[in-house]
Amino acid sequence: MQAFPAVATIAQDVRNGGRSARSFTDDALARIDAHGEALGAFLHVDVDGARAHADEVDRRAAGGDDLPLAGVPIALKDNLCTNGVPTTCGSRILSRFIPPYDATVVARLRAAGAVIVAKTNLDEFAMGSSNENSAFGPVRNPWDLARAPGGSSGGSAAAVAAGLVPVALGSDTGGSIRQPAALTGTVGLKPTYGRVSRYGLVAFGSSLDQIGPLSRNVEDAARVLAVIAGGDPRDATCSNDPVPDVVAGLEDGVDGLRVGLPREYFDDAIGDGVKTLVRRAANRLATAGATLIDVSLPHTSYGIPAYYIVATSEASSNLSRYDGIHYGHRTKDAADLAETYERSRTEGFGAEVRRRIMLGTFALASGYYDAYYDRAMRVRTLIRRDFEEAFEQVDVILSPTSPTPAFKLGEKTSDPLEMYLADVLTVTANLAGVPGLVVPEGLCDHDGARLPVGVQLMGPLWSEARLLQVGRWLERTREEAISIPEGAAS
Amino acid sequence: MIDRRTVEQIARLARLELDEERVVKLTDELSRILAHIDKLEELDVTDVPPLTHGTGGADVYRADVAGPVLDRDDALRNAPDQADGLFRVPRVIGDA
Repeated sequence: MQAFPAVATIAQDVRNGGRSARSFTDDALARIDAHGEALGAFLHVDVDGARAHADEVDRRAAGGDDLPLAGVPIALKDNLCTNGVPTTCGSRILSRFIPPYDATVVARLRAAGAVIVAKTNLDEFAMGSSNENSAFGPVRNPWDLARAPGGSSGGSAAAVAAGLVPVALGSDTGGSIRQPAALTGTVGLKPTYGRVSRYGLVAFGSSLDQIGPLSRNVEDAARVLAVIAGGDPRDATCSNDPVPDVVAGLEDGVDGLRVGLPREYFDDAIGDGVKTLVRRAANRLATAGATLIDVSLPHTSYGIPAYYIVATSEASSNLSRYDGIHYGHRTKDAADLAETYERSRTEGFGAEVRRRIMLGTFALASGYYDAYYDRAMRVRTLIRRDFEEAFEQVDVILSPTSPTPAFKLGEKTSDPLEMYLADVLTVTANLAGVPGLVVPEGLCDHDGARLPVGVQLMGPLWSEARLLQVGRWLERTREEAISIPEGAAS
Repeated sequence: MIDRRTVEQIARLARLELDEERVVKLTDELSRILAHIDKLEELDVTDVPPLTHGTGGADVYRADVAGPVLDRDDALRNAPDQADGLFRVPRVIGDA
């Protein structure tokens, strides 16, 4: 299967009348129909809605509307609210929920001419690192169907990696865009906290969540970010500062760039295959005029414990809204209101969501708050300071994304703590609020398979343009092509 | 560490109904997770302020003007049970 053209090419074609939005949409729908089920990547395919919207885009384009994403088929993680289109969050509790409004990012994509073709599978409420916590079954990695695509945006990553859609949106609370991007050989961007409105994103950890693109190349991610970023009166945490042009400087190269290599991200827990490819990317930067500088982020090992207190505390609060009354699943078997709450929630939430609600409720409970939540929020400050000090010396940080390439389905499901540790290299960016971009660097032999490895670039707050510029250079100079894996089209 | 009495108490606060098997399993799992989280105690954070805002920005204000809101039918469309334009709930107090 051939990859879709670049987003800019699709949009130009549609605006010029060279090829219709409807034709690109039908192409995506046919690919999804042929290969989506084997991957488990989609929870809903909006065939009629997508076609109707594509026709409307064609009319707008013919009328001369300047649509930056004209006719670009896009899939959305199923925790993004879509007006009139089911949004399940991978949970039984929302299995019949149909939002009466669009998330801000969805409205902006539609206005820009993008065509939403499908909603993608995810770990329930975005809680997981393998996509095995979905109530509707796991997603398979297109590079090896016995392996996980990562999570929680696993369906979006698998769909893009397999070439079924050119771009997708995910959300990232502790690595949920970047880790699946790394494990599927795709580009994934977690913007700075506050760069993209969270209105209409089903809340998990409100001080950590960000929406961002997954794509096959860096420029496509930049073009999607340009559409979805920017202030929104419906999200008070979204910055009203003007968003710099993230496309103009993409080809500006890396001469003179100061690149930090954080020593804590290259320790013994990180696989050799991963380290080798990250070092290869670093060496290439050095030969092109960048300076490599050893830096330290000394509180890295406190990231996972702090993250799992902050994220679960916020989740326990956010998920208290699922009461079986206003929307979502209601038990058939309750004598009074209290039982309605308890049984609806117990029947509706899966094991990992219950576990995290319990942990978060514990951390916020009277008598434990100071020892857990308050302490974790102070450690968060230390992690933020680590980054601030590092960024006094360097422009960007280059690191691995995931300790290993894609692991097998079922490999980590018996021990929740082991799954949590998969996020060790990504949670710190969320705790500090800084942006992170993952770009595939190549393939490595791991555990009997040939699997992609993605490098992670992190930068100061609001430095997306710089990250994309460096990511684009790494992509342009990459020694191996990252094509659509053959297994995906089987 | 966390004991089963605490797990049962937390479940009540979280409005979750846990059977015996789940209480036992969660007591074990949460104990092991909290043992890892206890690593945070290695750090002296007495003089470190909590980070309470994602990017440290100032409050963002909007004009105090009413905007469009969902109409009642749309708001009720996802309700498991409704009557007369209202959410219908089971009995709150007392016997049926």
